[in-house]
Amino acid sequence: MSALALAGRDAGIIAWRNLLNLGRTPGSVIAALVQPLMFVLLLAYVFGGSLGGDDYRVYLMGGIFAQAVTFNAAFTALGLANDMHKGLVDRFRSLPTPRSSVVLGRTLSDLTMSTVTLTVTALCGLLVGWRTDAPAHHVLLGFVVILLFAFAMSWVGATIGLTARSVEVAQSAGLIWLFPVTFVSSAFVSPTAMPGPLRTVAEWNPVSATATAARDLFGNVPPAGLGPGDAWPVRNALPYSLLCSALITVVFMALAVRRYRRITRG
Amino acid sequence: MPDQSHAITAEGLTRSFGDRRALDGVDLAVPTGTVLGLLGPNGAGKTTTVRVLATLLLPDGGTARVAGHDVVREPDAVRRRIGLSGQYAAVDEKLTGRENLYLVARLYGMRRAEARRRAGELLVRFRLEEFADRPSGSFSGGTRRRLDLAGALVARPPVVVLDEPTTGLDPRGRADTWDSVRELVAEGTTVLLTTQYLEEADQLADAVCVIDRGRVVARGTASELKARVGGERLSVVVPDAAHRVAAHAVLSALGPHTPEAGERGLVSVATDDGPAALEQALPRLRAAGVALGEVTLAPPTLDDAFLALTGRTGTAAAGTAGDGAPAQDDPAGGDAPPGAPEPVTPPTASGTAPRHAAPVGTPPPVPTGPPGPARHAHRPRRSRTVGRGTGDRR
Repeated sequence: MSALALAGRDAGIIAWRNLLNLGRTPGSVIAALVQPLMFVLLLAYVFGGSLGGDDYRVYLMGGIFAQAVTFNAAFTALGLANDMHKGLVDRFRSLPTPRSSVVLGRTLSDLTMSTVTLTVTALCGLLVGWRTDAPAHHVLLGFVVILLFAFAMSWVGATIGLTARSVEVAQSAGLIWLFPVTFVSSAFVSPTAMPGPLRTVAEWNPVSATATAARDLFGNVPPAGLGPGDAWPVRNALPYSLLCSALITVVFMALAVRRYRRITRG
Repeated sequence: MPDQSHAITAEGLTRSFGDRRALDGVDLAVPTGTVLGLLGPNGAGKTTTVRVLATLLLPDGGTARVAGHDVVREPDAVRRRIGLSGQYAAVDEKLTGRENLYLVARLYGMRRAEARRRAGELLVRFRLEEFADRPSGSFSGGTRRRLDLAGALVARPPVVVLDEPTTGLDPRGRADTWDSVRELVAEGTTVLLTTQYLEEADQLADAVCVIDRGRVVARGTASELKARVGGERLSVVVPDAAHRVAAHAVLSALGPHTPEAGERGLVSVATDDGPAALEQALPRLRAAGVALGEVTLAPPTLDDAFLALTGRTGTAAAGTAGDGAPAQDDPAGGDAPPGAPEPVTPPTASGTAPRHAAPVGTPPPVPTGPPGPARHAHRPRRSRTVGRGTGDRR
């Protein structure tokens, strides 16, 4: 078996084990689902009224999807930190399995979790008035774009989880960066209303591109005043989002796997 | 250098963590099919050695080969041939016993059906059937260790490394683990095990390396080491300070070992033949008018071994005060009728005496005298042995 095929096979086995774990920890699954639902309801009804009502609720969901899967990176960080500090990573590392398989298995199981999150969030969106009249293959492509971004963010979480000195550090460090990253974006509001430098950051933020690409594909037109701006990444949201996802995946995959190997160095 | 006759060789292994030197030139050679006991107190470098041999940690210097493969250059080849059971049972608490073993078997490259069959076999062999389908988070410490050990044997590795396999186990769990190790050896497996108990090394190991501060300070068979350490230790508690000099003189006259005075009237001496020494000592002590509080005959502790092999106790190495025994540990010769200790072990061939003195499942010294107070006479020494807090994990 080639090294790559072996890594894939073993990652699948690790992912199976992670999902079995997840299924037996209903509390953490519920927590992962409650968080996006809470954001849907808060933004749809607390902010939605001031921001455009029904039109805003249709617009909102693209941003919520991008934000929800970004937050799942925190689960990757926590999951790997837990495995490491409970000695399970030692067990795995004493086995003849490729160095990348444990981390890849974790990001794959978290990708599965992101799919569940996305499904539940979409159903909730339909309840608050989100609609799409785009062709089915556009809608599907929209979700694929979001999941590719989820996979990329998961590798960022993996790097954090493997770097953290303790589970507690992994938990807080894995979560804290997500707030600025998801809020300084066009996920919920228009960057055009932000002060200069912040606007630039928001326009170039991959979260913005992913939300905008999804909205474009779902045929969800932003209400007046909530336009995503006119910078290059905004006008080319779909290719920019795919490019960012690919880039982040490659860079953080290398970092996380290198970090995993480095454990050998104490 | 590749050496078929040795399953494990290490030469000059060094490893530092910051400015702490965990391994300071460790040399090991374990002949194929034998058991090496790596004996030492906490922080001596046992776990670091194990982690280097199991490819979990890179050494700073030196070389090590396991089953013919270099741990640094060919880690994958080593991993395919080594089974590791660490100091902290690495089982997935949410998975059942069966799922844990299945997971490990799959990661060794077995197909689904083969992995299922192997998991089933190991559950039977380690008497884990009743736990097979319960989440392992609910297991007792001993059961978890057994599951972890079973996990180490999934791929029938020719070399098995066990890091303090009985630490924290009750006597039953310890006896089970010892039996498992003996079975492995009977099958021709090479075993390296670390332990803090001289008795455990004596029970299981063909050869023993005593390790301290990252160096091997003594090596040999258990009986060779015991010859250097002395056999069982004869200890008497003399409540009356005026009698202690006489007691010291009597024990000294037994020869060839020199008695040592402990706290609270304890006078102890190593013996070559414990029961014989006891038979000689008691009448002489009585004749010398020494009133005795307690009398014990016990296998040498790790501390005794350290004292004999390094000239200092294991805890002196740790920099902890040697006399940390709380006062209530010593009943000050209270209840035992002075001068009337009961006879101890039935006289047997001296070589086997320690095994009788300490039945399977009790590596720490077992008092062979009156069960109650006699136990206390030894407790201070034990508490010193366990007094070192710094784990050498990572």
